[in-house]
Amino acid sequence: MKKRYLIPFGIFMAIMAIFVLGLYRMGEDPNFTRNVPSVLIGKQAPKIDLPDLFDQSKTVSSSSLAGQVWVLNVWATWCPECWREHAFLVHLARNEGVKLFGIDWRDDAAAAKRLLVDKGNPFVAVGFDPESRAIMDWGVYGAPETFVIDKQGVVRWKKAGAMTRELWESELKPLLQKLEKG
Amino acid sequence: MRRILVLLVLWSPLLAFANIEAYRFDNPQKEADYRVLIAELRCLVCQNQNLADSNAELAQDMRRQTYEMVQSGSSKEEIIVYMVQRYGDFVLYRPPFMPSTVLLWVGPFLIFAVGVGILLLFIRRRNQEPVVQLSSEEHARAKGLLDQETK
Repeated sequence: MKKRYLIPFGIFMAIMAIFVLGLYRMGEDPNFTRNVPSVLIGKQAPKIDLPDLFDQSKTVSSSSLAGQVWVLNVWATWCPECWREHAFLVHLARNEGVKLFGIDWRDDAAAAKRLLVDKGNPFVAVGFDPESRAIMDWGVYGAPETFVIDKQGVVRWKKAGAMTRELWESELKPLLQKLEKG
Repeated sequence: MRRILVLLVLWSPLLAFANIEAYRFDNPQKEADYRVLIAELRCLVCQNQNLADSNAELAQDMRRQTYEMVQSGSSKEEIIVYMVQRYGDFVLYRPPFMPSTVLLWVGPFLIFAVGVGILLLFIRRRNQEPVVQLSSEEHARAKGLLDQETK
């Protein structure tokens, strides 16, 4: 066999190797395909004014947390990762003093309330957003997504995907401690 | 019974269209703007589709947002700026020409140029191959062979 016939074969194998590596990377990181960089980091946080999940005639507003370090969590009962992270969010609110503001996105209000009653409510307030009006301002495209907002109202951090103990220890906790001092 | 089932199955693709919202526009220009926008904006959920093709719930809401802005008189540019401020350049199905996207835009032309270059090189090399000079004996032999064939 002539050597030059090996060249297309070699190129083919190289392309296959790239595909296989790419697939493995996707497999390891559940958020791989979703990692769209947020344009909000370092910018003023969009204001949230939404109906209160527990009483939709009332309004909950992010301005009630102005001047504090707070965390925004976008969640829904249709999102499996949200169920998975829920217990940890409750732990953060009860034992670590994290101020969580929730947005219940495109959800069934009754199911959402039942979840919070049964499994605990980690949120200072929960806004109900059935038409993606608030979450679009935040560039949210999946659930759960978590943001950190500092005392000046600037978005400092964002994560698409569930909150975990590892993520808390390695990124969120140090950041919140730093922001609380500043 | 079987006929009814077959009919049902044949009708089922139509359900897929039933989901696309029908919006009414004040004038044809607004409708045209809306169609251009939903073709140019990317669905963030199913990232290889634009808003027009996607039926993800977020895409529905982004279409509605686009519709409302078009109806209330926003220009195409204003709506694109609105989306980019929230979702970044990624929301544009046609990415802007920037340092990070140079390869994306220029890459295909570059590959084409390389291909043409290689082709030219091959052709030139072939032309430069020396013409084989035959001796008179070889000429005679070739002639003999050719004559044999024509007989």
